[in-house]
Amino acid sequence: MTKSIITVVGNDQVGIIAKVCTYLAENQVNILDISQTIVQGYFNMMMITDTGKCPKGQAELSQELEALGREIGVRIHIQHEDIFNMMHRI
Amino acid sequence: MINIFEVNETNKMIEQENLDVRTITMGISLLDCIDSDLEKLQENIYRKITRCAKDLVKTGEDISAEYGIPIVNKRISVTPIALVGGAACRTTEDFAALACTLDRAAEATGVNFIGGYSALVAKGSTPADELLMHSIPEALAKTERVCSSVNVGSTRTGINMDAVRLMGEVVKKTAEATKERDSLGCAKLVVFCNAPDDNPFMAGAFHGVTEADCIINVGVSGPGVVRHALRSVRGADFETLCETIKKTAFKVTRVGQLVAREASERLHVPFGIVDLSLAPTPAVGDSVAEILEEIGVERAGAPGTTAALALLNDQVKKGGVMASASVGGLSGAFIPVSEDQGMINAAMEGALTLEKLEAMTCVCSVGLDMIAVPGNTSAATISGIIADEAAIGMVNQKTTAVRLIPVIGKTVGDTAVFGGLLGQAPVMPVNMFSCEPFIMRGGRIPAPIHSFKN
Repeated sequence: MTKSIITVVGNDQVGIIAKVCTYLAENQVNILDISQTIVQGYFNMMMITDTGKCPKGQAELSQELEALGREIGVRIHIQHEDIFNMMHRI
Repeated sequence: MINIFEVNETNKMIEQENLDVRTITMGISLLDCIDSDLEKLQENIYRKITRCAKDLVKTGEDISAEYGIPIVNKRISVTPIALVGGAACRTTEDFAALACTLDRAAEATGVNFIGGYSALVAKGSTPADELLMHSIPEALAKTERVCSSVNVGSTRTGINMDAVRLMGEVVKKTAEATKERDSLGCAKLVVFCNAPDDNPFMAGAFHGVTEADCIINVGVSGPGVVRHALRSVRGADFETLCETIKKTAFKVTRVGQLVAREASERLHVPFGIVDLSLAPTPAVGDSVAEILEEIGVERAGAPGTTAALALLNDQVKKGGVMASASVGGLSGAFIPVSEDQGMINAAMEGALTLEKLEAMTCVCSVGLDMIAVPGNTSAATISGIIADEAAIGMVNQKTTAVRLIPVIGKTVGDTAVFGGLLGQAPVMPVNMFSCEPFIMRGGRIPAPIHSFKN
């Protein structure tokens, strides 16, 4: 299992989660956990995913998700879980 | 499991507060390249560097993409060239030719700087050391990416005052040799006391002879993150202030440790150290001076600045040490003038003087760094300033360094522009009284009494 964190931030609108999840499903990325809030009108979502079975490399995933984000009008990042674990867990 | 607040905190640090890994520096030993034939030596050096570091830049970029953390610089440090070139180089031109080889190897591997055009002369100089020091102006004028450093003293050995005198002249000649570019060569030349063997930061990086054949050292950064964290504790007491700096330094350093570990694994090169320095850049909000302002001094240089810097430096170390498997290099707060917008402002407004900067170097990790002085400053005066800094380092058992830029053709009121990460600096006034008879004495300042620990 390769855990990656996907974050989506931007103006709230209909269908953000649907579009992101569709992309992930097409690329064999399994979603393990989702948290989502609206802060001052801004859509703010974090997904913990398993990218272990995804045929694409992390760099390619990252570029495609960024492009998808631009299409929707939000910012999407995918990062290896370890950067958060290192910073926030001893 | 990681929660959304933690993820947002990390990403805010990266996106809004300039958190980055400042440099992955590969240290490469060139001792096995030594040959008495100059051409063979050049070939050996070029081959070894391009072989060891061929994947360095790509690996840095991959890690950066995967973890979403910018890795600003990929660099190389090598064995001090005076040791490597001693058998082959008969003239200063021979040594400068080695600098050109380093420059070509750096270009081929895609790194932006290569450090190690260096001599270690804390107690005395060999003929090769002398030649290398004399060749520095030519070497720095002819190359783009080569950085040079000379260690002129240490707590264990005292200060080599002959080398101090010579380096004053070398700094002046380097300024002359690069005068068309605001004496840029001097921005790549550091004079050290107690130089560390594993420093990943330029311009003072070199790969010490006590190091392994090839290692990965990582320098973290994060002045913007510390400053932002301190905003939330305005008006709080010192204990709260210190706790906040420590916690922030811990988080920043953990990222450095992660990057170092990953780079080391992927390149199959042992991990050396994480240097947990607060390294500013000219970017807005990435300033050590602004942290000092946040702590409570109106401008860097105001009364209280030295104490504020002392506590900052200490807390950064305390927070960072626990975050990394191995800490080394300079590890503390950097206070370069030209590379820190808050320092530039303070100098321009008259809050910060050379003398106050000297006091600040007693309590932080480096020395007088990236300071532009009038182009007509004499070599003896520059040597005097070097001697003062070296004395601070020698007596306090810490690294100190001098990176002064006597900007040829400019004087107080002018600004020197170096561009990029090197930034720009207002030309600062220098004490006009002479120290020439002091510098001309020659010889060595003996090691201080507290160096006799055996």
